[in-house]
Amino acid sequence: MSGVSFRRRAVNAVMLGLMGLCTLLAVGVLLFILGFLFVKGASSLNWAFLTKLPKPVGESGGGMANAILGSFKVLALATAIGFPIGFLAGVYLSEYGHGPFPAVVRYVTDLLNGVPSIVMGVFAYTLVVLPMKHFSAIAGGLALGVMMIPIAVRSTEEFLRGVPRDLREAAMALGSRKWRSIASVVVPTAAQGILTAVMLDLARVAGETAPLLFTSFNNRFWSPGWNQPTATLPVMIFTYAISPYDDWHRQAWAAGFLLLASIFAINIAARFLVSRGFSHSH
Amino acid sequence: MSASRPKLTVASLTAGFGENAAIRDISLELHANAVTAIIGPSGCGKSTLLRCLNRMHELGAGAWVKGGVRLDGDDLYGAPVDPVQVRRRIGMVFQRPNPFPSLSIFENVASGLKLSGMPRKDLEALVQSSLEQAALWDEVKDRLHRSALALSGGQQQRLCIARALAVDPQVLLMDEPASALDPIATARIEELIHELKRRLTVVVVTHNMQQAARISSHTAFLYMGELVEYDRTEVLFTNPKVRRTEDYVTGKFG
Repeated sequence: MSGVSFRRRAVNAVMLGLMGLCTLLAVGVLLFILGFLFVKGASSLNWAFLTKLPKPVGESGGGMANAILGSFKVLALATAIGFPIGFLAGVYLSEYGHGPFPAVVRYVTDLLNGVPSIVMGVFAYTLVVLPMKHFSAIAGGLALGVMMIPIAVRSTEEFLRGVPRDLREAAMALGSRKWRSIASVVVPTAAQGILTAVMLDLARVAGETAPLLFTSFNNRFWSPGWNQPTATLPVMIFTYAISPYDDWHRQAWAAGFLLLASIFAINIAARFLVSRGFSHSH
Repeated sequence: MSASRPKLTVASLTAGFGENAAIRDISLELHANAVTAIIGPSGCGKSTLLRCLNRMHELGAGAWVKGGVRLDGDDLYGAPVDPVQVRRRIGMVFQRPNPFPSLSIFENVASGLKLSGMPRKDLEALVQSSLEQAALWDEVKDRLHRSALALSGGQQQRLCIARALAVDPQVLLMDEPASALDPIATARIEELIHELKRRLTVVVVTHNMQQAARISSHTAFLYMGELVEYDRTEVLFTNPKVRRTEDYVTGKFG
């Protein structure tokens, strides 16, 4: 009797301990990466890093201001391409799609979501870089923008479907055209959720490196306009990390920390928006 | 008054979804500036009948309608008729209060104008008079720009009535407007319905027979999709001609 109960208690204790350990590991990995990046890159994470151009090879110091701005430009362009297409397609699927066509579209967007990011880079390379004969922010923005489309489509669709039928009926009963009830009632009701999803979508592509390697490429100087090779944080990290210079390694760590912290900040901002949305509707 | 010509005429109306007819061959005349109640057990088709009157029924997937409805003699189901125009003349209030959550109280009342693309002038005066007609103005006049969701359920329902009134319909359809409300809020809605019939024609679906008796001048009893009896309310409740009506109003089934 007591033997059985001892065994049960022992198994219980071991399993509980294992689960606790795994939970700690899951949470710990992120904190560990953040901390490690910070420790390794902290010495290079200073005002000059944020505001100065890279120094010529061999000189220490300098910064990644051009890559910070470049990342911002490429991501802005990606959002400008990916969000409108994804959003409008999502509205179509949720509000107008009937029959087999929407199912096909959904399937294809899921497939698109699974396309390796480097293939997106090749796609943008073929479409933009080859005809223009040089790398550009446009090509990088296109590669990331196309990557954003599937999640923008599906999340827009899901959030619009979540708008209660009551509200659609209320609008129709007031003598509204369907398109107007979508524009004035359905989309505004779901706006917070859609905005949040797009921010998470953006955070997801912000760290992508492979599609940028042969689209926006890299640049050690400012890239005025959109039509030149443009430095971005992920590509700078790649370039600096495989270099033989200690100073560049430290700067790569610092860039990694900055990138991760930005993605983290976007995620937190998105969750904040969601939580505010819930408290608002109850 | 009830001898005047009918506001709404329903002629051989059959409607349903897919293979099933929810209502069959219903004909009745609804009187202007009066309250007509539609009663019957759950699933008898009373909501379907109501929703056919302003062409909301056909918005459902697989919905179909046969027969006709006339408003002041105009065929609402005629080929050139735009259902959107029908809904502007015949407003609707739903079972559960459904104010627009992203809009303020003021914007909710004004929303019908925006949604139906009507010209907007004197918006403030219109919002005030609509809220007054819905007996809500005094309770909300100091917080017009707050979220409509801050109101109680009964207030939200009166807000929905104000919203429907703001587009100046001739008929107001109400689908169990008080069934989600407490008794005090219900009493206020019933009072309001009493006031509203001075201005417009009201059709109320209710599963509450006492409510039908209190608020309506005429009552239609539906059972299994068919109109069993339609008469002046006091006659239908005190001296019904059909046995099934008597069984229902005396509580023998339902």
